[in-house]
Amino acid sequence: MTRAQRSLTPRTRSSFSWRDTLMSYAFLAPALILLTLFTFYPLAYGSYLGFTEYGGARFGQGLPPKWIGIENFRTLFADPLFLTSLGNSVKYLVVVPVLQLASLAVAVLVNKNLPGMTFFRAAYYVPVVTSISLAAVMWEWVYNKDGTLNWVLGALHLLPNGAVGWLNGEATAFWAVMLVTFWRGFGYYMVLYLAGLQGIPEELEEAAVLDGASAWQRFWQITVPMMKPTILLCSLLSTIAALRVLEEVLVLTNGGPLNSTYTALMYVYSKAFQGFNFDYGLASAAGLVVAVVALALSVANFRLFRESDGEGT
Amino acid sequence: MSAVTRPIPSVVPRRKSSKKALRLVLRYVLLFSVLIFAVFPFVWTFAIAITDKRAGTSIYDFPASLFPKAVTLNNFIEVYRTFELGKYVWNSISITALTVIGTLIVSALAAYPLARFRFPGKHIIFAIIVATLVLPGETTFIVNTLTLKKMGLLGTHLGVVIPTIAGAFGIFLMRQAFLSVPTALLEAARLDGAGEMTILTRIMLPLTKPSLAALGIFTLVGTWNAYFWPMLVLSAAPDKAPLSVAVLRLKGQFNYDPFNIAAGSLIMMLPVLLVFLAAQRYFMKGMEGAVK
Repeated sequence: MTRAQRSLTPRTRSSFSWRDTLMSYAFLAPALILLTLFTFYPLAYGSYLGFTEYGGARFGQGLPPKWIGIENFRTLFADPLFLTSLGNSVKYLVVVPVLQLASLAVAVLVNKNLPGMTFFRAAYYVPVVTSISLAAVMWEWVYNKDGTLNWVLGALHLLPNGAVGWLNGEATAFWAVMLVTFWRGFGYYMVLYLAGLQGIPEELEEAAVLDGASAWQRFWQITVPMMKPTILLCSLLSTIAALRVLEEVLVLTNGGPLNSTYTALMYVYSKAFQGFNFDYGLASAAGLVVAVVALALSVANFRLFRESDGEGT
Repeated sequence: MSAVTRPIPSVVPRRKSSKKALRLVLRYVLLFSVLIFAVFPFVWTFAIAITDKRAGTSIYDFPASLFPKAVTLNNFIEVYRTFELGKYVWNSISITALTVIGTLIVSALAAYPLARFRFPGKHIIFAIIVATLVLPGETTFIVNTLTLKKMGLLGTHLGVVIPTIAGAFGIFLMRQAFLSVPTALLEAARLDGAGEMTILTRIMLPLTKPSLAALGIFTLVGTWNAYFWPMLVLSAAPDKAPLSVAVLRLKGQFNYDPFNIAAGSLIMMLPVLLVFLAAQRYFMKGMEGAVK
């Protein structure tokens, strides 16, 4: 009896007030409705579309999607272009560790009270406040055969085979596009890391200095563990963004040359909206495949960080 | 190392200070290298935009194209007139303003109960919002385009705005900010008979201005920059396109006049750059408050 009573007491205490509940849902309603309509519904309906024939003439005549099972996926995995595009998207993940390490390093670099730091931080953030269309205009000039990159590399005698049209070469276009992703990203992650770095109590750092810890030790034993939530968030965002890369490709190369920059979402977009495809079924199926890969990578990311972190977050 | 150097105190400070100076120099060398990487394309674009093209210069004439001799503002005027940039400027302002206001309202409203109330289903809703961060969104743009078409919003500014204003980032940012407001303050207000809406607008929001500013600026930058989504929604309504979409069209139209393209690009860049520079300190403070 006493046991039951004891377990009852906290329950009565924690019973919910009607007023609070009603208020809460009223406040949450706009967000929940919008998320349902434009985030969760597309996920469900898009997944369904992946197993249907929908689009083209069928869509034009106003006919509903027709269930065809896994036919779309058979088509996809028999399509060399899809396999190439999926491969390119996975290859694009190379940018994640490079971008995250560089961003954290830059954040540590500017996280000092020295003259000019405010200016450097602001300047590094400028590429982030630059539209991809503007980046495309500028970087196409930089990458041009007569552009600045060739001029600088030529002056440094680093071009044994002469000037290169960086976006026109099958071997270089992919990395050229990736550099633009890096350029637009590092300031963004720097700010997120910087916010995290400034949240580390100074006493901790000072105590470590008094104990004779080197900058390297402080970085790995104080900064990184304290920053773990930020690092997890940043690499997660970065991984998913890299796998879903589309805009850079669309404005810089449109997938070319010879599909060397054709990414998975480029395939999805192209099947759904480019030319006269309007194949929503096949495009959704391709999106689902990318989604499964993204989900697997997200889980792997969480696991990786949880395993390397004994205390957990 | 420290065990060895400790008994010789006279050596330690000197070695340390020279090491310190070297570190400082190294830090600035790195800082300037990153600076060049970050801003070089802008410097060049700016130089091209103010070059007087009547002198017959090429943009690929180095280093001359980086240091224009004859300077003019004609390129700006020419591109603004011939391309009717004013129309696209207005489109960008309309889409961005609607998105920022919508995001702030929806995020603050949703964040308040998540930070301050106990109610059934809180954990589930929390999980649902977290889930949007990792849930696959690869087919979202296809279905959302179809949904907008059904709602009659395809090809409108509202169609661009509405699907983007509810997001986990904004909700969590505001929730974190609300959590930092002392509970005693809220209880005092409640004892005074203040309603929840009053508490939110009179106490919570004024106390979390840095976070609101951070969210506002993040949203502003993101929306102003956005290319893919507005391009898709407004593909059948080219006159309603924002600058980000128009600039690439400009590239097609003035294919052989890079000076005008550069000028048009800078016109697009300027407002958001000014907003960012003006709010920059406040913005960093806001992020600090948001993450704590």
